Amino acid sequence: MIRLTDVVKTYENGTDALQGISFEIEDGEFVFLVGPSGSGKSTIIKLLTGEVIPTSGRVMVNGFSMSIIAERQIPLVRRTIGVIFQDFRLISNKTVFDNLALAMHAVGAGRKAIQSRIPYVLELVGLEGVEKRYPDELSGGEQQRVAIARALVNNPSTIVADEPTGNLDPARSLEIMTLLERINALGATVIVVTHEKGLVDQFDKRVIMIDNGVITGDRVGTYEVGQ
Amino acid sequence: MKHNFFYFIREGIGNMFSHGFMSFAAIGITVACLVIMGTFSLVAYNVNENLKDLQRENAVLAFVDENLSDEEAKALQTELEKLPNVADCTFVSREEAMDSYLEEYNEDDLYSDLDPQILRHRYVLHLKNLDDMSLTTDALKTVDGIVKIRADQDISTGFLTVRNIAGVISITLIAILLIVSVFIISNTIKLTTFDRREEIAIMKMVGATDGFIRWPFVYEGLLLGLTSAAFAFGLQWLLYRAIAEGIANSDTLQLLRIVPFEQIYVPVAIAFGVVGILVGVGGSLTAIRRFLRV
Repeated sequence: MIRLTDVVKTYENGTDALQGISFEIEDGEFVFLVGPSGSGKSTIIKLLTGEVIPTSGRVMVNGFSMSIIAERQIPLVRRTIGVIFQDFRLISNKTVFDNLALAMHAVGAGRKAIQSRIPYVLELVGLEGVEKRYPDELSGGEQQRVAIARALVNNPSTIVADEPTGNLDPARSLEIMTLLERINALGATVIVVTHEKGLVDQFDKRVIMIDNGVITGDRVGTYEVGQ
Repeated sequence: MKHNFFYFIREGIGNMFSHGFMSFAAIGITVACLVIMGTFSLVAYNVNENLKDLQRENAVLAFVDENLSDEEAKALQTELEKLPNVADCTFVSREEAMDSYLEEYNEDDLYSDLDPQILRHRYVLHLKNLDDMSLTTDALKTVDGIVKIRADQDISTGFLTVRNIAGVISITLIAILLIVSVFIISNTIKLTTFDRREEIAIMKMVGATDGFIRWPFVYEGLLLGLTSAAFAFGLQWLLYRAIAEGIANSDTLQLLRIVPFEQIYVPVAIAFGVVGILVGVGGSLTAIRRFLRV
């Protein structure tokens, strides 16, 4: 479960990114976090992954209090979250298999576990048999599927997707979003950060709208409903 | 954790070859540093060994006043033994001195008729520490009944000067070259970490600990350090043998005793290995510190 209570984040340069926001995301929920650029969406992701700590207020992520967490415990929180980025962030000189293996090695997985888990996850995202290919040999949509596979490979309870369709055409965007919906149906909490109104409107999901560091809407429905 | 160990080693070797030229440069400079450091240390060591020989062989002669009776002359032994820095003290009568003199120049009949009475009783003293030779000779001069001292102070002073200069130079060089080596290896690894910054960021994002991220770079530094140490050791061996042969064949320097490399290769190898490891690991830890702040 994710819970933010009266969270304020002011950066060292004086920017007020979040001005006392509160919301809660239950386990297994699918949530869109929407808002214009500079509204504070990225700061929320950074708070969830422990990249920044709140200036005040409480952030709870899967049982960890991010406001008072010890530095050595941050890797443990991150193992409960799979992060997907707009620019995929795949290592171009590693094969698809090695990109996924890197994430598993990082949490100390053994060779056998790596060899059995990767084909399973690739099948889950609809990319069977691409293990030996390099990211540059794949289309944008396929690369994002690899990135999703990497986020899933360590079986996290939460998936955070930061503008996952920002670099894709509408058809591929819909495919990716449908895939995330399927992953959510398998039990993972999914948080999708986006500003693509059309895409959000096609899914009848909870939408948290943020603007200027404050929550301006939080309800199930379309982008308009959120506003 | 066994699979992680092999993973780290594999990654470390991969890192080393991913920037072949920089790794080559780092190894080259570290080898140079180690050889320079080793050469000065070995010079200091050999000079010290020669000083010890000199200490063993170089005796101070204390001549006894000829007006003293034989008994009075022998009685001085206790007093001389009590002097600081005297390792041992042997009484040589004028007859014994004459015998040894004749033995030394036995081919020359000119001296055979000499009367031992023209010589003085004397004491042969070996010192504990040649550094304090002048203090000891000064103390000997104050002993009643000792009228003359003979000590080859120039030779021992020469050796001491060489040893002290080599010691100071080697310590200074060790300090400077260690810093240079750490800096070079650190920069080589910085290049690898910069090249792999995306990878590091991803590893951090999926929950890798700092230790896990650090290890491949530590192994890279370790491998660079150990490879440098191995090359430096081989080069030092060849250099040492060449210099030793040169000294043995030299007319002026052949009196110097050069310790055979076979007798000292173990401590030299250990020293090079330890310095290589310290420089390599030190360099890698310095390089990756800032990349872990993600």
